[in-house]
Amino acid sequence: MDTTTFRGQTRLVVPAQMSLEVLGFLRDRGFDLLVDVTCVDYLEYRGAKQRYGMVYLLASTATNQRLTVRVFVDDPEPTVASVVPLWASANWLEREVWDLFGIRFSGHPDLRRLVMPEEFTAHPLRKDYPMQGRGERHNFPILTREDG
Amino acid sequence: MAIASDPRPLVSDAARPDAARSEDYLWTLNFGPQHPATHTTLRLVLKLEGERVVDALPEMGYLHSGFEKIGEHLTFNQYVTVSDRMNYISPMANNVAWHHAVEKLLGIELTPRCKYIRTIIAELARISDHLLCNGAVGLDTGAFTFFLYGFYQREVIYDIFETLCGARFTNSYTRVGGVSQDFTPLVIEKINTFLRTFPKTLDDMERLLTRNRIFVDRTKGVGVLSKADAINGGASGPVARASGVTRDLRKDDPYLAYEDFDFQICCASSGDCYARYLVRMQEMRESLKILRQALDNLPGGPVNVGIDQRTALPTKKQVYSTIEGTISHFELSMGNRGFEVPCEEAYAATEAPNGELGFYVVGDGGESAYRARCRPPALLHFALFPQLIRGHTLSDVVAVLGSLNIIAAELDR
Repeated sequence: MDTTTFRGQTRLVVPAQMSLEVLGFLRDRGFDLLVDVTCVDYLEYRGAKQRYGMVYLLASTATNQRLTVRVFVDDPEPTVASVVPLWASANWLEREVWDLFGIRFSGHPDLRRLVMPEEFTAHPLRKDYPMQGRGERHNFPILTREDG
Repeated sequence: MAIASDPRPLVSDAARPDAARSEDYLWTLNFGPQHPATHTTLRLVLKLEGERVVDALPEMGYLHSGFEKIGEHLTFNQYVTVSDRMNYISPMANNVAWHHAVEKLLGIELTPRCKYIRTIIAELARISDHLLCNGAVGLDTGAFTFFLYGFYQREVIYDIFETLCGARFTNSYTRVGGVSQDFTPLVIEKINTFLRTFPKTLDDMERLLTRNRIFVDRTKGVGVLSKADAINGGASGPVARASGVTRDLRKDDPYLAYEDFDFQICCASSGDCYARYLVRMQEMRESLKILRQALDNLPGGPVNVGIDQRTALPTKKQVYSTIEGTISHFELSMGNRGFEVPCEEAYAATEAPNGELGFYVVGDGGESAYRARCRPPALLHFALFPQLIRGHTLSDVVAVLGSLNIIAAELDR
């Protein structure tokens, strides 16, 4: 495992198959607060080896220490273990990452889209999803007055 | 599970396992997305057994506008206009949070005066947010006068912001390495007037509602969040502190000028709607203490980082009257010059009125963020909602929802 520090923030890079074990270990060692779960798509990033970098921001309510845990996964079928068994707060945060980045969380109890509608097919925060101009509207059913 | 922790005895068929299996007789009530008591566009699908809420399914996304995607295309200074629209109840706090994270990434150290000014506006934003949140809880439980008292004082704070930067609602006040306008004597005078007059209104408000029998009955013991659940569920801010989590980033992870001030963290232990109301009321008094100390000790000197460092946009006067200002402004506005952004990532959080508002900013050397993740406090609070409402009555929905202070624009981004 690889540790780096930037502006006083310590980061720990964990192999994907070990993420749940390591995060569980860290939770039992005092990092009881999961502040955030998010993801970065490194598609166009210079020097990036793997496409998706999961970010787990941990904090301790007792010592106020913070720790960032990074887990890198790649196409196709990017999957990481869900941390919902460790922290309830991960539930919606992981749903949001699934929704916007298309990362699957194995063991998640309720992996539905969170902010986009259920019919939506793409993952908009990926770097290959354009800022504008795709026109997703044709994917949605058109309801007329007769249908209602 | 929350049914068991309900302080009131629940005489309900739904509690019996054999009855719960056939849920046919349960009502399904659609609450929102357009409902005055949701305050913003969010939706709850409630399963009711008579007037009891058996389960609640929160739905969100009605206000999703792709703020994080926009953050990858706007420059660090431009994105502040979008941050205004996240928690629009206290836009100044969002401005401060966004540029706090950007400055952490860029490694910019602010001037003392700027730190104080940002602290002052962040605390004013906290007061205005708490006024609206508590006012809305009062409004939803039937105390209209209380709401008007709060909203009148919000107007006074809007007025201060208008004098400060010209905008009342969407302030976009901060800049990388500074703020858009320095404090003028008029602004300081207006804040001083507010500091003089507001405590009296706050006393009036407390006398109106804090011991009001109807209000206490509606909020006490309703929506109880235990300390363990608050930590496990990622609650922050007044919601967590009302449950006994003594965590406040202003003390625990001091940023800006908070280290210099003498103030206290307001906590409660019961974790119900009433405790959240009390914590917010008390926090306004602590904010007043911070404001008074900050105004009395407001340092002089420049407000923005110097033009030589090329990190803050120079003022109009500097641009038009000095060659350094002209060059600096030109370079910062050019796409291929601008800030020196490291290929790194940083997370910085502030104690926003609602809780921990953080930004995870990834830089790739370009003029805009490679990724601008916003960690909204409301998202985690809204996820706690079903747990808080199970076993309570339909009329408690508005009390719990109001006390969590969920702002859909921040929730959905």
